[in-house]
Amino acid sequence: MYSRLSNILCGTYFITIYSFIFLPVAVLVLYSFQDGSLPIPPFNGVTLKWYAEVFTDSKLMSALANSMIVAVLSSIIACLLGFCAAYALSRYRLPASAFQRVLITAPMTVSYLIIALGLLVLFNWMGIRLSLWTVGVGHVVINLPLCFAVIYASMGDHQKNIERAARDLGANNFQVMLLITAPMLMPSILAALFLSITFSWDEFIISFLLSRFDVTLPVEIWSLLRSGLNPKTNAIGSLVFLLSVGLLIILEIFVFRQRSPK
Amino acid sequence: MTANVSLLKLSKSFDGVAALKEVSLEINAGEFIVLLGPSGCGKSTLLSIIGGFLPASSGKVLIGGKDMTSVPPSIRPTTTMFQDYALFPHMSLRDNVGFGLRMRKIGRKERNHKADTFLDMVGLKASADRRPHELSGGQRQRVALARALSVNPDLLLLDEPLGALDMKLRRQMQDELKAIQKEIGTTFIHVTHDQEEAMAIADRIVVMNQGVIESLGKPSDIYMRPQSLFSAGFMGEVNLISGIVASINGPQYNIETKIGLLILSSDAFVNSEPNVGDEVTLCIRPEQINAGSIVSDNLTPLNQAKIVNSAFFGTHFRCLLAPGLAPELRLIAHLPQSEEMLQGSVVDLVINPANVTAFPSA
Repeated sequence: MYSRLSNILCGTYFITIYSFIFLPVAVLVLYSFQDGSLPIPPFNGVTLKWYAEVFTDSKLMSALANSMIVAVLSSIIACLLGFCAAYALSRYRLPASAFQRVLITAPMTVSYLIIALGLLVLFNWMGIRLSLWTVGVGHVVINLPLCFAVIYASMGDHQKNIERAARDLGANNFQVMLLITAPMLMPSILAALFLSITFSWDEFIISFLLSRFDVTLPVEIWSLLRSGLNPKTNAIGSLVFLLSVGLLIILEIFVFRQRSPK
Repeated sequence: MTANVSLLKLSKSFDGVAALKEVSLEINAGEFIVLLGPSGCGKSTLLSIIGGFLPASSGKVLIGGKDMTSVPPSIRPTTTMFQDYALFPHMSLRDNVGFGLRMRKIGRKERNHKADTFLDMVGLKASADRRPHELSGGQRQRVALARALSVNPDLLLLDEPLGALDMKLRRQMQDELKAIQKEIGTTFIHVTHDQEEAMAIADRIVVMNQGVIESLGKPSDIYMRPQSLFSAGFMGEVNLISGIVASINGPQYNIETKIGLLILSSDAFVNSEPNVGDEVTLCIRPEQINAGSIVSDNLTPLNQAKIVNSAFFGTHFRCLLAPGLAPELRLIAHLPQSEEMLQGSVVDLVINPANVTAFPSA
């Protein structure tokens, strides 16, 4: 009796929480197929017209390409810098290393808006024109602490001994890092990479404030939204969601497949 | 390849605490040396200094006559077999073993061939394409050995490599290590806290305690004629019996002890011969005490003793004895398995004084 009640409660909780998380996305995806000009009930029928419009909209397509380039490049740079910082802090005795660790992770606690404003002022002062490059710099700034934290957490003393063995067999510091440390930490490096790609892909405030003529997808969607609701925005939103899910699946395969016990 | 090693007055301190105190040691080329001691005695520190992983506070390391004190591990003619094996988890066994050759810029074909040869030597050729996590502890051990030997080091350092293996596998690996060492002739320095392991494999044992070398010699010498009370106690069970030099009669020393009068020759005193009236401590191994009343020329009777406790150990009975003359004392003796050693029974004891060593009492 008791267990049946708790089963029902658990089931209800399960359904509620997943509906809460995924209902908005489900509605978004559903109305991207709306055969009509408004993405609101009633649902009139299925059409792929809006997707066709998305793919023929050159502004949206170039924004999508921009987003991909910025996400991939900025994430690779953030990962590289994060890995180097993590390696240095875990393998060498640095002055004030605890303070340095805090300093590197601190930007995580600062709001994106503040970071964007700071960078905007800085770029102005240095006379650097706003472009995709400045957006990329902004994304490196926000993703570097994340990459550092993920990679640093996976560097343990066991690997230290393995690096020692490599050095003992004749490897120099660079070879140790490239041939031993990086491959050993590949699951967490990839986790950091894919996480920061998804963050960069979705990021709006920094992209909005630090771009000018070439914009990223979230900025383009925002300007679409200003002209009112339209199933086309649902279609592009669904595509963004699909790509994020795709990244998440890759992440799962790379990170969790390797960690699962054999 | 092989080389001799000279350690000259090596010292090391960590935050002001001395871990090694002016340790000097000469090791011949092709020798199998075991550094033996309790944890914290400085044996692993010494190994790390020889391997180049720790800088010495003072002193020198010479390998093959060349000063290696400040040469980094990657350039030293040494390799190390680590306690946790430290295999590269993302590489196949072949790539693990070939890594050192790769660092020496040897082409893939040649190094794979060489790696396979070394894997064959340790009996793992068939598993060359597998990853370390697919192997058992003993197999990983063998890969670590093959990897360390693949670059033809002059000197192989083994840091408690058998510690994680079960007893049977450990004995088997000891035999293999010894056989491989004899075959290739490389100088081995092996660290362990297991005295049986040390005796099984070493050409010479170096007993260490609190940062200094206590004893140095062949396993049989270290066991039978320890150079200090510490070594005597560390190399297996020993009865320590204090006595007083009652009289000296030429080469004969008459020692008055609680269990009776023992006549020792001057050979029994390892460090310095005592004077009349000096207090000494005698070291008697449990297997040197025998039961029986046969009195031959080289056996001395030790009076009777009562068996307080007796346990069967397979090769012998380990008995706790209360000597008749000093019932409060306890002697440990290994008595033959052939006779039933019942608790409470009284036996006659004999001892061969030639096997007793003595030290001045501290």
